[in-house]
Amino acid sequence: MAILEAINPTLTAGWHQPDLRDMNRDTGWRLKDYEARGGYQALKKVISDKLSQDQVIAEVKTSVLRGRGGAGFPTGLKWSFMPKGAPEKYIVCNTDEGEPGTFKDRDIMRLDPHSVIEGMIIAGYAVGATRGYNYIHGEVYELYQRFEEALDEARAAGYLGKNVLGAGFDFDLFAHQGYGAYICGEETALLESIEGKKGQPRYKPPFPANVGLYGKPTTINNTESLASIPYILRSGGQSFLDLGKPNNGGTKLFSVSGHVNKPGNFEVPMGTPFATLLEMAGGVRAGRKLKAVIPGGSSAPVLPADIIMDCTLDYDSIAKAGSMLGSGAVIVMDETVCMVQALERLSWFYYEESCGQCTPCREGTGWLYKVIHRIEHGLGRPEDIDLLNDVAGNIMGRTICALGDAAALPVRSFVKHFRSEFEYHIEHKRCLVPRDVQKAGSTFHTRLMAGATC
Amino acid sequence: MLSEATLRRIDREVSKYPDDQKQSAVMAALVFAQEEKGWLANETISYVASYLELSEMAVFEVASFYNMYNLAPVGKYKLTVCTNLPCALSGGVHAADYLKSKLGIGFNETTPDGKFTLKEGECMGACGDAPVMLVNNHHMRCFMTPQEIDQLLAECK
Amino acid sequence: MLEIEIDGKPLQVEEGKMLIEAAHAAGIYIPHFCYHKKLSIAANCRMCLVEIEKAPKPMPACATPVAKGMKVFTHSALAVKAQKDVMEFLLMNHPLDCPICDQGGECQLQDLAVGYGSSAARFQEEKRVVSNKNLGALVATDMTRCINCTRCVRFTQEISGLMELGQAFRGDRAEIMSFVEKTVDSELSGNIIDLCPVGALTSKTFRFSARTWEMARRKSVSPHDGLGSNLIVQTQHDHVKRVLPLENEQLNECWLSDKERFSYEGLNSTERLTRPMVKQGGKWQEVDWNVALDYAAHALRDVAKNHGAAEIGMLVSPHATLEEMTLAAKLTHGIGSKNIDFRLRQADFSADGKRKGTPWLGMKVAELNTLDRVLVVGSFLRKDHPLLAQRLRQAAKKGAQISLVHSAQDNLLIKLFAQATVAPSQLPTQLAAVVKAVAALKGIAADPALAKVGAGGTASAGSAANQETAQKIAASLVAGSNAAILLGNFAQQHPQAALLNALAQQLAGLLGARFGFLGEAANSVGGYVAGAIPVADGMNAAAMLAAPRKLYLLLGTEPEFDCADGARALAALQQASSVIALSSYKSAAALDYADVLLPVSPFSETSGTFINTEGRVQSFYAVVKPQGETRPAWKVLRVLGNILELDGFNYESSEQVRDELLGGKTDFVSGLDNAIDGIAKEIPTAAAGIERIADVPIHFADALVRRASSLQATADASVPSARINAATLAKLGVAAGDMVKVGAGGTATLLARLDDGVPDNCVRVAAAHASTVGLGPMFANLTVERA
Ligand SMILES: Cc1cc2nc3c(=O)[nH]c(=O)nc-3n(C[C@H](O)[C@H](O)[C@H](O)COP(=O)(O)O)c2cc1C
Ligand code: SF4
Ligand code: FES
Repeated sequence: MAILEAINPTLTAGWHQPDLRDMNRDTGWRLKDYEARGGYQALKKVISDKLSQDQVIAEVKTSVLRGRGGAGFPTGLKWSFMPKGAPEKYIVCNTDEGEPGTFKDRDIMRLDPHSVIEGMIIAGYAVGATRGYNYIHGEVYELYQRFEEALDEARAAGYLGKNVLGAGFDFDLFAHQGYGAYICGEETALLESIEGKKGQPRYKPPFPANVGLYGKPTTINNTESLASIPYILRSGGQSFLDLGKPNNGGTKLFSVSGHVNKPGNFEVPMGTPFATLLEMAGGVRAGRKLKAVIPGGSSAPVLPADIIMDCTLDYDSIAKAGSMLGSGAVIVMDETVCMVQALERLSWFYYEESCGQCTPCREGTGWLYKVIHRIEHGLGRPEDIDLLNDVAGNIMGRTICALGDAAALPVRSFVKHFRSEFEYHIEHKRCLVPRDVQKAGSTFHTRLMAGATC
Repeated sequence: MLSEATLRRIDREVSKYPDDQKQSAVMAALVFAQEEKGWLANETISYVASYLELSEMAVFEVASFYNMYNLAPVGKYKLTVCTNLPCALSGGVHAADYLKSKLGIGFNETTPDGKFTLKEGECMGACGDAPVMLVNNHHMRCFMTPQEIDQLLAECK
Repeated sequence: MLEIEIDGKPLQVEEGKMLIEAAHAAGIYIPHFCYHKKLSIAANCRMCLVEIEKAPKPMPACATPVAKGMKVFTHSALAVKAQKDVMEFLLMNHPLDCPICDQGGECQLQDLAVGYGSSAARFQEEKRVVSNKNLGALVATDMTRCINCTRCVRFTQEISGLMELGQAFRGDRAEIMSFVEKTVDSELSGNIIDLCPVGALTSKTFRFSARTWEMARRKSVSPHDGLGSNLIVQTQHDHVKRVLPLENEQLNECWLSDKERFSYEGLNSTERLTRPMVKQGGKWQEVDWNVALDYAAHALRDVAKNHGAAEIGMLVSPHATLEEMTLAAKLTHGIGSKNIDFRLRQADFSADGKRKGTPWLGMKVAELNTLDRVLVVGSFLRKDHPLLAQRLRQAAKKGAQISLVHSAQDNLLIKLFAQATVAPSQLPTQLAAVVKAVAALKGIAADPALAKVGAGGTASAGSAANQETAQKIAASLVAGSNAAILLGNFAQQHPQAALLNALAQQLAGLLGARFGFLGEAANSVGGYVAGAIPVADGMNAAAMLAAPRKLYLLLGTEPEFDCADGARALAALQQASSVIALSSYKSAAALDYADVLLPVSPFSETSGTFINTEGRVQSFYAVVKPQGETRPAWKVLRVLGNILELDGFNYESSEQVRDELLGGKTDFVSGLDNAIDGIAKEIPTAAAGIERIADVPIHFADALVRRASSLQATADASVPSARINAATLAKLGVAAGDMVKVGAGGTATLLARLDDGVPDNCVRVAAAHASTVGLGPMFANLTVERA
């Protein structure tokens, strides 16, 4: 899937529309194409203007680029935490996109891998790292291979390696592939994974900026965050900030999935009304009624239709509504969805993906799933709803990493906003929404030309 | 135990990491070993461990943690269908059901002729293209309607 | 120092400490499972959650560093709720089978559940079941009880040095296991039993034999290697049931080697000698003590009178107590003999009379961790000294450069800086090369005695690679600020041990470093202190066997296994007119060569003292009553002295013997000094022929461990083979897997095994085992041919 529409595109400007039949077709991702649309100009500018590390960081701070990986932490501020002068430092890109609903980094990697490389070189320059790794989700192995090709191109062109563009600094970049573990999206699990271990998150502190990859200072950013860097350095931080709204700089890619007519990625300015995005995505499928939206990837609390329709797409507005902008993955559910079944699937996911190291998550995710599974299958007990809330609450804030919260938040929000559906299930031992309606509502969606195989 | 070509691929991975960090190449080494052998038998894991100078248990921890590694033999074609919520909203479960009935097997089963193994997958980061499916871990297929599935199965010789 | 407050109590805490350490130091208990002071922090169990002022959520005390002004509440409502909730998660899948669990009574989960668990289980789903794993002869598993704290995994990674255990799979499918049912072969494996906070890992030898609260706990000291680990011996009805470490940060920390932990099985062996016996007319008879002692006294008198007391030789186990050694020496001298020795595996006695004092470690055990450069010479370090090796492993992790000059390349699980592996005859040459290289680096004129060492000289048996290693080691040592040279058992048993000693001394002198001996046995230092060595023209252990005596007194030793040349020892004993053995065991061999067997107490049944390798005096009491008619050896020797009407045998207690010897109570003995003078530095030239490399496998090393049946079932106790490298195999025309006849005349038939850690022209054959006794000396040339 590629960008279907955009408002004020910066990141996706100039991208080729992919051949949906062939994922591996050359779709303007090569170095020559990237350079033709202004690629590597930012890096050259940093070099020719002799910007200091602090100046680069200041520019990124001005842009108020907030981390696109989920937590929304200001990127410039994160870079400024890196200790000065340490001899060995790393910059790591997080392309382990596995949060259900999120599929934006895949398009960046597929259509514009050099933007990530350029962003990483600039980041490396800014924090004084001489080596970088891009950790790529195992399931998009073809993009891992493509990225390796892009790296070869960049290396051959002198953007990578010793003495980058003759500017007197060294930077090399490598790809590392994941192999089927959602948890490796968590930054410290990702570092463990690069070190050749299980992806079990580390307790923080110490933070990666002090003790990161191989114990050395490390900055980790999301793919989209890094791909946004060239624009910021090329056009100025202020220009990026101005695209969005205060405290929410720039445009952002939103992945819209589920019950819409045109699922896909959309680049819109921060602060765009949710209704606009829904419209761009073709509205709710088959003219049905919107029921609920998960606005920031599956780990974000679900919001009922009436609440989300009043939101704008930025960190602050969504937070005020009781959820999170997260990675910008918008999962749209219409009236045919049974919320118990939807939650059952999500809680299975967290149960399956818990790394197993800390007690509340290892044990709690299984407990949650088992209870929800029972309710969905007509074996619920009246006390189960409070039990769910309680168990979820006992996981939250007690774990090593945020997967514990990610597993608990959906449960709590589904129960909060759709309690009556759970009660109905327990009482009547079946769904409020008839099975056949559910099934029909979630069948194949053949909006696209027949035979498209991406 | 592993072919020369596979070992050279592993060596290339080793070279990506600092000199004293051979362990970093273990995931890639297991991927290549699995490509060559189809699955990761204990002997293969031991071999990778000795090649990278790691304890066998350190390698087994990795092989058993990441779920794209096959710790048991699989069919010639391993088909992994994403049934996570976003995909499920757009036919993910239907696609899986279609495959199950076409192949006559359930998840984690292999057809009697040893050709197909069916797996349930978690989010592949391609939810907009649902239903999504992985063929032998490395090739992603999207918009897998029944016709597409039929065509895929026909392509799998 | 920082100021913090825990539960309202103001505390001064060192910066960098974790909250749990600060709390525990102040006597405030914070519940925990995964935290262990000797292991890395995992923070995975979440049991130690506490409230910290201004923190929005409870924090794990084990992983939260103290900060100035921090106010911590370990028992606030928030903290207790968090701890209770974690407990609920831990117990939900737990089998709650305490009544049948071996950990009962010492289970941290059980203890905490009483305080934190709620009685009504809200988890009503099916519980998880985890299959058990076969980890070998020592550690039993009940994996359904495992709480995944990963202490055992971290132990294997961090302390024992090889990750034999791991946590495989993920989520609640995570399981602790070894790789495909491999046994855990670490010589430290038993510690995971102590570390496991629940009943998932328990002792196979102890299993189901007693409940903890029914047993008495008594302190003791390990009778094996020179470390002198402190023990808790648990007993019931005068039976030793189990041995646990008694924490002593200066010695064993909180660990024990498997030998120390499981050798107690030998105390209860069916081979225990429990009644005095005498052989008359070739027939053994159990007799009363007075009969046996009279018999022994008569034999002693008889030989002294008819053949001269010099025909009497006393061989003392280096594992005997200080008191036993003292009285053995007294007795020997009392009857007019000077032939006594405890250095049974030693081959070179040329340093006798040239020593400045008692050879010892040269430093405190605890100082090993602080060294930054170490050269270990001639040591099967990991198996000979498991816990000293562990200390050096930790030192290496902190950056110490550790090098080895030896004749084997066993994996020490220590990151070695350099190692040179040479034939035994070349060990002095290799060490001399290091001495020379250090002198060169220091710009000090080379010792003329070493002129021939190194490239070009006739004594340059070392290959170019070994020369290079010598340079590398020298450079490392010179760059250090706290270096030590350590001579292992192999170096002490070496036929040129005195030369090695002199070279180490010279090297240490050049470097301003220390040097020392890794004490082989519990009383390797004590034997010198007790005077259990020949004086003046007395015969040492080797001489007594080389020129066979008429009468031998054996104290706690089985010379065929314990001496440098088992075959010769056996022959000497067999030809003697009388052998009086004070022993805890009746072995077939002893029944053959001895004519009086006096049942004496093993360490558990007597009071006594061991002086460890750092000179530390450690006395202990009997933990159980002597079995049958067994008597403490010091008492037997005293009575024998009395019967023989010798002076000065009127001791009332072992303490009296000790205090008289040491001049009152003391923690460390004086007179420790490794220096020797007047050793001619004749560096050997290359030897011809096939040399034997003899290790003493950890579980063959003494009479007690040889009878510990579970240890005998471990990989460390496998039957000796002939280990040879590929080049030498080819040269000998033998293939790995062949049976080979080893020794002149094919004295032992062994399986040939490929071992590329063995140097050229060498064959490694373990000593101290029945199958290899016939091979004779530990250091010698051997023949090898296909059987
Ligand atoms: C369970 C879990 C999964 C995560 N998955 C991803 C991911 O797939 N991609 C990503 O960029 N960040 C992910 N994160 C967030 C990262 O830990 C980290 O915050 C992010 O990569 C930082 O980059 P940013 O500051 O540029 O957003 C995840 C976090 C958690 C707790
Ligand atoms: S919260 Fe879950 S995923 Fe995160 S460290 Fe703990 S067990 Fe692992
Ligand atoms: S003791 Fe702190 S988390 Fe286990």
